[in-house]
Amino acid sequence: MIARYFSVAGGIARRLLDTFVHSPALFVPPLLMPLFFFVAFAGGLSAIDAAPGFDYPAGYTAFEFGFVLLQASAFGGVFTGFSIAADFQFGFGRRLLLATPHRTALILGYGIVSLVRAAITVAVVTAVGLVAGMEVLGDGTDIVALYGLALIVNIAGTLFAAGVALRFRSLQATPLMMVPTFLFLFLAPVYVPRELLGGWVHTVSAFDPATAIMETIRDLLAGQPADFLLALGVAVGLAAALAVFAIRGLRSAEAAG
Amino acid sequence: MNGAPTAQRGAPPLRVQVKELARRSILRTIRQPAIIVPATIFPLILLAINSAGLDSATTLPGFPTDSYLTFALAFAFLQAGVFAVIGTGQNLAEDQVSGFWNRMQLTPIRPAALVAGQLAGTLALGLFQAATYITVGLIAGGHIQAGIPGALVLIALATLITLAFGSIGLIAGMRANTPENVQGLFPVVFVFLFMSSMAMPRNLIETDWFRTIATYNPVSYMIEGIRSLLIFGWDTEALALGFGCATVILVGALTVASLSIKGRMVRT
Amino acid sequence: MTDSPNGTSKTAPSLSRDNGIEAQGLVREFKGEIRAVDGIDFEVRPGEIYGFLGPNGAGKSTTVHMLTTLLPATAGSARVAGHDVATEGALVRDAIGAALQEAALDPQLSANEHIRLQGALHGMSKRERVARGEALLERVGLTDAAGRKVATYSGGMKRRLDLALALLHGPRVLFLDEPTTGLDIQSRTALWDEVAHLSRDEGVTVFLTTQYLEEADQLADRIGIIDRGKIAAEGTPAALKAEIGRPTVEVTPADEGERTRAAELLGPFGELVPASPNGAAVRLSDGSEELANIIRAFDQGGVGVANLELHAPSLNDVFLAKTGRSLEGAQAEAAQEGDTGEQPVLEGAPA
Repeated sequence: MIARYFSVAGGIARRLLDTFVHSPALFVPPLLMPLFFFVAFAGGLSAIDAAPGFDYPAGYTAFEFGFVLLQASAFGGVFTGFSIAADFQFGFGRRLLLATPHRTALILGYGIVSLVRAAITVAVVTAVGLVAGMEVLGDGTDIVALYGLALIVNIAGTLFAAGVALRFRSLQATPLMMVPTFLFLFLAPVYVPRELLGGWVHTVSAFDPATAIMETIRDLLAGQPADFLLALGVAVGLAAALAVFAIRGLRSAEAAG
Repeated sequence: MNGAPTAQRGAPPLRVQVKELARRSILRTIRQPAIIVPATIFPLILLAINSAGLDSATTLPGFPTDSYLTFALAFAFLQAGVFAVIGTGQNLAEDQVSGFWNRMQLTPIRPAALVAGQLAGTLALGLFQAATYITVGLIAGGHIQAGIPGALVLIALATLITLAFGSIGLIAGMRANTPENVQGLFPVVFVFLFMSSMAMPRNLIETDWFRTIATYNPVSYMIEGIRSLLIFGWDTEALALGFGCATVILVGALTVASLSIKGRMVRT
Repeated sequence: MTDSPNGTSKTAPSLSRDNGIEAQGLVREFKGEIRAVDGIDFEVRPGEIYGFLGPNGAGKSTTVHMLTTLLPATAGSARVAGHDVATEGALVRDAIGAALQEAALDPQLSANEHIRLQGALHGMSKRERVARGEALLERVGLTDAAGRKVATYSGGMKRRLDLALALLHGPRVLFLDEPTTGLDIQSRTALWDEVAHLSRDEGVTVFLTTQYLEEADQLADRIGIIDRGKIAAEGTPAALKAEIGRPTVEVTPADEGERTRAAELLGPFGELVPASPNGAAVRLSDGSEELANIIRAFDQGGVGVANLELHAPSLNDVFLAKTGRSLEGAQAEAAQEGDTGEQPVLEGAPA
């Protein structure tokens, strides 16, 4: 039964990954988006690190890498949500539901695709950062830890997008996946440390789960003391809550037939 | 019902064709709040986040204003351009996929009317967006140094920019074949906007290659043209460059789009 | 009043060659040397309903697109309503109306708004398009729904609006490309009635493509059967069936195991043809007079008969005789080859 479960998930993943190989137009724009944000922010806003109070030791490129890593991870899940929505809109999703008794394996299958997609994007973004002279002051453990956090954010992003896609079963729902994810990221300290944020964003960012994760990633990158357990707890808690969201979405899709 | 052969009426004047197609385009736009709302709200969300998040940038020596909101407001108008590309392109692609394109081709319609008609809805949305951004920006504490006349010039420039990007959307719609493919352009076009002086004045961009890209990117001059009205008042050079870039893009894109549409109208 | 070949009566207004359609050697090639239409010749007489029958991918829609000037022909010529489609496209478009495979409506506009747009683009005055629009919408039963957005319409309503728009500017020739695909029986019958009325009472020439045998049989004065880009047969439904001529007898033996024996017994009476899984069938060489002999042969052969049916020739039989395969079989083949229908319009340039 376990073997069948993973076989189903593997089949879903293989099919979608095969689609990307044959239709690069579906895969390339989501890959380019974090890359361009990285280039635009790190390149265009680097003067910000001269602002009073900005004392991140690893430099502005590394500072922005913290944001872009989360963005690539989260949006890797969101774009997979687009694929889920399209599959269900055009009837293929119903076929999948009929084909297997292990329906949560479908979510796992899409999750595998999301991981692969995010891994490739993160690898490219990391390479670009290193080529651009990004400083990495953390040790091996720090690096593993920060990529681990990114992995969990990717899972959370996928579960969120899956939950939306399974409820609406239409590409019309893509803004409902993108906008909350965008807000999740941009209400965190994207451009400057939280201490330098002005006005309402400073207040709101304290409650944004992305803030704790982003700050910890930056601390790990800079080899600074990091509140890793807090960030891990936030990320895992988020993923757990969104897993419930996704499974309920699956039940909604099943009920719709 | 008289079934006798009708007298040939001939094609209606171009202005009639444009008027009717424009009417359709505008109705089509205003009846889809799902298009209007994100296109208007999303730039405002980004404006709110950026102006709070980057407020510390105003402390940098040489930063032209102490209000990042005023500085960033210009970018909202260019974001409207992104939605103009996607919206216009999607509409055109949908017409081809649905067969409505064929329906139009069976009438004595002229390619120029099709182009102008498609852009009318884009223009209407662009005007609405411009009015919204100015209103919200002023309420939130931004200001227009050039006053009411400046606001009118700003709307004119914003309209020109919307038409320019809308014309790019026409090209996208002709090439993409499906509305989904046009949607896929969103990240690419959006990032093109970011490789400019949207977040930082060009003279304060430290990274040489980025500053070079921003210098060659016409988006920078459109943003700076709008920004000049907000921050400096009447900067003739900035306005000339802003209007000039928008006009060049409009003329170029319209030409390519018109040729593309004419080529696709393969009727004999 | 004159009688048309399928038995309906037709008024005869001042019909002229200007209402007809002629095609000579019409060819359309696409990239990859695909010949969707491979040299077809036919003539549609003024005021008649011409049914163009064939499976998916046969070349029906491509032919329609060429005749309506939406697609240039690779070779050959055609005249519609007295005008050459290649050199007098504007005049052709002025004389024709078309309801193509897609309903081609804007979901955000109402029926009235569609009427306004199309009428204005055809150069109709406001008074003319309002009057004609109201009359057409009443005729197709959409008066009550005229103010609602098309997005709220059923499939049948969309088809009816499509037909009304095709007729708005008073065309002399009407092209209908699979107009009843996806419609329920009621909507289909209503559309048939309307098409028959247009031809019979208003003298409109109708070029109708369909993959439904019944539609062609019931509606068309004459039929052209197209398969793989070529016209396989042409004539009135009655004449085409009479050409095949011979009825078919299908026998279902009482014992399923005697199917082969049943086929052997039928063999001497004509040509064996495909039958249902439990039976055997023969196309009679000498007509239905053989029926008694067949029954005698089964009796003498000791094969019990559970069921015996005599079939008059159908258009499917005609298709089978002319192309070597049944229309249903051709549809299945087309589906296997991935033909979901012809989409010639997006292929911009000739090969």
